[in-house]
Amino acid sequence: MKFALIIYETPSQLAKRSSPDAPAYWAAWSAYNEAMKSAGIAAGGAGLQPPSTATTVRVTGDARHVQDGPYADTKEQLGGFFIVDVPDHDVANQWAARAPVHGGVVEVRPLMTM
Amino acid sequence: MISHDEAARAAQESYGKLIAILAKGGVAIQDAEDALSEAFVAALRSWPSEGVPHSPEGWLITAARRKLIDGERSRSARQKHLADIVSVAFSARATDGIADERLGLMFACAHPAIDPGVRSPLMLQTVLGLDAGSIASAFLVSPAAMTQRLVRAKASLRDRGVLIEIPDHTQLAPRLDDVLSAIYAAFNAGWDATLVPSSSAHTLTSDALLLGDITRRLLADEPEALGLAALMRYCAARARARVDEHGRYVPLDRQDVGRWSRSMLAEAETLLREASRMGISGRFQLEAAIQSAHVHRLMHAHDNWAVILDMYEALVSISPTMGAMLGRAAALAEVAGAERALAFIDQLPQARAADHQPFWALRAELCARSGQLEAARNAYRRAIGLSDAQAIRAYLLEKLDALAMA
Repeated sequence: MKFALIIYETPSQLAKRSSPDAPAYWAAWSAYNEAMKSAGIAAGGAGLQPPSTATTVRVTGDARHVQDGPYADTKEQLGGFFIVDVPDHDVANQWAARAPVHGGVVEVRPLMTM
Repeated sequence: MISHDEAARAAQESYGKLIAILAKGGVAIQDAEDALSEAFVAALRSWPSEGVPHSPEGWLITAARRKLIDGERSRSARQKHLADIVSVAFSARATDGIADERLGLMFACAHPAIDPGVRSPLMLQTVLGLDAGSIASAFLVSPAAMTQRLVRAKASLRDRGVLIEIPDHTQLAPRLDDVLSAIYAAFNAGWDATLVPSSSAHTLTSDALLLGDITRRLLADEPEALGLAALMRYCAARARARVDEHGRYVPLDRQDVGRWSRSMLAEAETLLREASRMGISGRFQLEAAIQSAHVHRLMHAHDNWAVILDMYEALVSISPTMGAMLGRAAALAEVAGAERALAFIDQLPQARAADHQPFWALRAELCARSGQLEAARNAYRRAIGLSDAQAIRAYLLEKLDALAMA
């Protein structure tokens, strides 16, 4: 069964990407990514550039509205996602618990089967 | 006045007793829970004005039985903040002496018909009154799924007519092993979370200690029940020493023995001695004896690794869990060198090692000690990626950094 592990990071975690803590930050994430590959469950995913690089496009009827910045106006921001192929939702939760989010959140969602 | 903790403990002790008594007559556990939670609601309504009855438990049983007979059960009150209700109800006085049928309830929870993965959650709910939500978090399961599994397990006990009773002599040993394993699983689920101070699972170790104590008090002549109670105490005694004042992880050999709980260790030693006097060894006694040897080694700087290795050999022969094999490997490294230990763990089934964090943490250390630095770095990265506690992740990242500079 495939699940998306959707990573929401805190502002302080996201700030580590461009700070002296960057090497430790990336080491933890790449170790997590590698552990998934080695366990044979990695099935895709991507890390995202910081929320400040986002644009939000809204089309309502004929009106188009483009804004700078991410969609969700929350403290935690989407940082990336992983797709894992695991036996069940419990195992997906276990992998989610291993994500080095430090106070952030991992949402675990089954993928639709097409 | 008794403290809040004492009240909560008394309430926990009482909850399972009441459920066990109500369910013993063949009433389904689910119905017993519903009736009891309504009795608690009735108690909260009447005790403040009419005073706490002389026997709170007797009052509750009578009220719950009346609910059962009246068939007034509404499912809505079920498990709603039950722990809070119980705790308030019992803050007035400690429990009084009613019959203790909880052991039979535990045997029902660990019945062979129940999926092994649901046995610990079922015990925590029916014997200690924990709510499904906090149990779910401790076991990393969705609350909805956990609730459903608990309901299904109770229905399965009802449908099979499983009674609240202690198995007879011929069945006792294997059934007791199931009970003890379920308690130990709860302890381990809590133990993993003790490094995360805010985690909802942090009391699960004390819940498991309580379940272990109930079992060994009611089965005082079963050495394995004493062995498990001792084992959990040896571990729990060190809980405070696992992180330093900055929240950093401290491995066993670096722990400040002054931060260990001497009273818990003394209790563990007493329990283990009592168990060994009975002359029948077993898995939990061996694990407790190994912990006792570690305590001795670190408190008296006494190299007893050969003895520890012998005990691990015995443990692996009766209970070849991943944890036991890795413990054997760690002892082997001390006695015969890291290369020998590495050769041993590399024979372990790869499928079981794939997502087993302690395997990779040990492999990393063994590789580093035998000079295989690249392999050590890879294993550290793997262990880091599999860690679910920040303190351990940070500790391993430091180890990896140190190797990168070597």
